[in-house]
Amino acid sequence: MPGRFSDIIVIGAGPNGLACATRLAQKGRRVTLLEAEAAPGGGARALPDLAPGYRSPALAHLIWQFDPRAEAAMDLSRHGLEWAAQGIPTTVLSPDGPLTIRGGLAEGPDAGAWATLYQRMLCFAGALEPFRRMTPPRLAKDNSWGQLAKNLLKLRALGTHDFRELLRVLLINAHDVAQDELTDPRLRAALCFDATLGAWAGPRSPNTLILWLDRLAGQIGGQRASLGMPKGGMPALAAAMARAAEAAGVTLRQGARVARIVTDGERVSGVTLADGGELRADLVISAIGPKSTLLDLVGPRALDAGLVTRLRHQKSRGGAAKLHLALSAAPDFGTDLHARMILAGDEHEVESAFNPVKYGEVPERPVMEILLPSAFDPGHAPEGGHVLSATVQFAPHDPKIGRDEARAAMLEASLARLEAAAPGIRRMIVRADLLMPYDIERQFGMAGGNWHHGELTVEQMLFLRPIPQLSRYATPIRGLWLTGAGTHPGGMSGAAGWNTAGAVLEARQ
Amino acid sequence: MIPQRHYEKPLRETPFHPRTAPLNRLQNWGAWAGYMTPSCYGDSAMEHTGIRNTATLYDISPMIKYRIRGPEAADYLNRLTLRDAARLPVGAVHYTAWTDDAGQVMDDGTLFRLGADDFRLCCQERHLPWLLDSAWGFDVTIGDETDRIAGLALQGPVSATVLAAAGFDVSALKPFRLATFPLSAGEVTISRTGFTGDLGYELWTTPEDALVLWDHLMAHGAPLGLVPTGTDAVMLARTEAGFLTTNLDFIPAQQALREDRTRSPLELGLGWMIAWDKGPFTGRRALMAEREGKTSRWALVGLDIPGNVSAEGSILYHGKRREAGFVTAACWSPTLKRNIAIAHVAAKYADCRDLWVEIYALRELQYHKLMLPVTKTERPFFAPDRRRATPPGRF
Repeated sequence: MPGRFSDIIVIGAGPNGLACATRLAQKGRRVTLLEAEAAPGGGARALPDLAPGYRSPALAHLIWQFDPRAEAAMDLSRHGLEWAAQGIPTTVLSPDGPLTIRGGLAEGPDAGAWATLYQRMLCFAGALEPFRRMTPPRLAKDNSWGQLAKNLLKLRALGTHDFRELLRVLLINAHDVAQDELTDPRLRAALCFDATLGAWAGPRSPNTLILWLDRLAGQIGGQRASLGMPKGGMPALAAAMARAAEAAGVTLRQGARVARIVTDGERVSGVTLADGGELRADLVISAIGPKSTLLDLVGPRALDAGLVTRLRHQKSRGGAAKLHLALSAAPDFGTDLHARMILAGDEHEVESAFNPVKYGEVPERPVMEILLPSAFDPGHAPEGGHVLSATVQFAPHDPKIGRDEARAAMLEASLARLEAAAPGIRRMIVRADLLMPYDIERQFGMAGGNWHHGELTVEQMLFLRPIPQLSRYATPIRGLWLTGAGTHPGGMSGAAGWNTAGAVLEARQ
Repeated sequence: MIPQRHYEKPLRETPFHPRTAPLNRLQNWGAWAGYMTPSCYGDSAMEHTGIRNTATLYDISPMIKYRIRGPEAADYLNRLTLRDAARLPVGAVHYTAWTDDAGQVMDDGTLFRLGADDFRLCCQERHLPWLLDSAWGFDVTIGDETDRIAGLALQGPVSATVLAAAGFDVSALKPFRLATFPLSAGEVTISRTGFTGDLGYELWTTPEDALVLWDHLMAHGAPLGLVPTGTDAVMLARTEAGFLTTNLDFIPAQQALREDRTRSPLELGLGWMIAWDKGPFTGRRALMAEREGKTSRWALVGLDIPGNVSAEGSILYHGKRREAGFVTAACWSPTLKRNIAIAHVAAKYADCRDLWVEIYALRELQYHKLMLPVTKTERPFFAPDRRRATPPGRF
């Protein structure tokens, strides 16, 4: 069986690349995992030098979901993963006073309505979840019909009433559901914010509720829809995954930036590194994003023009900026800092923050998700100090004014908003750092600065992700596969990496 | 408000219109890519006789023409088209075609290499979006120069003689080569190409010099038998030559509404032009799979049919019963005195054995159904030695 046990190269040691490499190595394949940066993690890696003594995660600061198959197989607790906090509550900061949500439990007058809505959505998310664990179905031949039928039956098993309700809300926008089901503007804000977190969409944009369902579909350690922060932050999770990968036999090479995927147009034969080195392999799996992989590393010449055009036109606009503040003291948000805080007074604020971004402008009142990793895990900041990590929405990926001007305007708008919520915070700032979507694109290689390496929207989901021709992880170039957030089901749960490894193993048998 | 009156003249006039219009005795015009050109000036049979016996002028200005320039123009065309553009010498022309990702033909056309980094692609349909999309990642510029180039096809055994009389020495010009000559204040490029399968040339100049060229050729050519010809006669000649016409002999993949209407080059008998070894090109993977898996669904064949009734639009049957294909072009050839047809047959009937054609023959208002056996025959049906002879014969 020539070639069967030859080397496999995986490009990109983010959570999906790590999960994929681990599964392949556990199946006896010789896997080399190439990471361009000095540390693994991708979107989960650490931000360098915020200020002396201050450490912050660069992009992701919380984990919403970890693919249970990868979690079980990688056994991360054995590789040093500890949790600083699990089941982290969400607090909505509002002029009406803060409101705290713990899963289905909410404070305030809508507590009952929230519990009902949350349970229903959790139930729908659970019925949809199995689709995350399979290679997307095709409209044509070669389907895994058994798995597909099982998943569809599970959906139908919701019962007529619930199934009809699921079909009603599946493609609805988050804003309508918030208005229909809730009266408390803080809960509406939470729903609308979470449905559009990381998306290039406002809560009134079509098909936004499904993004919330996708978020609720995840789990960590058997806990569904739970938010967790590893001890040492997300970079510690990446480090534990890297150790698990190495324990499985993966060779991890850091600082190895791939400059080119070598192909004769038919088959892949290896990669060329930026330092000039060459690695040969007849199987290459790239986790760095479909666009970067095919348009940049392979290049259009080896690909058909129609595929290249379709991939170029795939939507990949980042709408989220990442703010990091090194603080000299604890800010006063009027609430317990052991929470994920959402700074959005009501659903309209979320929509209003998106409006200017449609036109390449910076919002005056952005909304944000704030986390103080130092509140959970003191190692993040010097004694008495704090580090604030916030996802600020929405930010233009291609601003009309210059990029530096847009960044400055976005920072000022964010700090003004924070100052109003936590008076005095500006005076505590030791150092502020803001990554706009184009900074994220440059530093992390994510097309358009979009977290998912291509927007996660209904028209780019499942068998449409990233584009129909590439939806089953294989590419037209034999031996070259795609994985990562840009492929089904998106995100950094490791599910895409696990699925890809399965598809590769199946194809090679 | 500026009055919008474009609808009163839905078709544009070519640069030769001031000459072709008065000659068009029947005012029989056809639409071609948004322009009007004569279908027949007065007698298609006489015009066809001109193509095969003297010389004819045919206005080909509406042909779609793209200019492709840049240091990577040859690389670009190799990715776009089936043949190896890098091996096309400067000053030469080749017949080529291109496909979509699925290896289905989008169009065929002629590629002119005007300079090392300078090409012109002539074709039937418009393709600018596809050409521009294909250019992503290549250092090339692409422009539509359809209305900036006036074209005349000078075809027929006497065409070289006409050019000599007009002062253009093309005696050394081989088939599929081109040369440039001064004309008035400008110049004319003459390529030894055509759509008739006969000795012939195509002349390219600017719209400004178009009438000068026409008058000059007519002044020197008319005494030698040069006559204008319309599209009807040219289509008869091209059928005799066995040439394909887009949207008559195949539906371009990008226009096909029905999934099974598209054709691969292998299914259109164009497999010979695929340069498999030149490196990747759009459609290569699909075509390789088709070739290796022997999954071609159709074969394009030339047929001989008994009798003299044209089989245009007829259906082919295997064993007189099972539908096996259909005719896309057919004529009783005045030149060959044969009844010929170009047809698509399902791949399993490609050998054409026990194949029959059902022809509805109109005889004095009444159709008679004929079921005639067909014989597979070589294309081109008509290929006289004079089309290739260099120096060209003087008649």
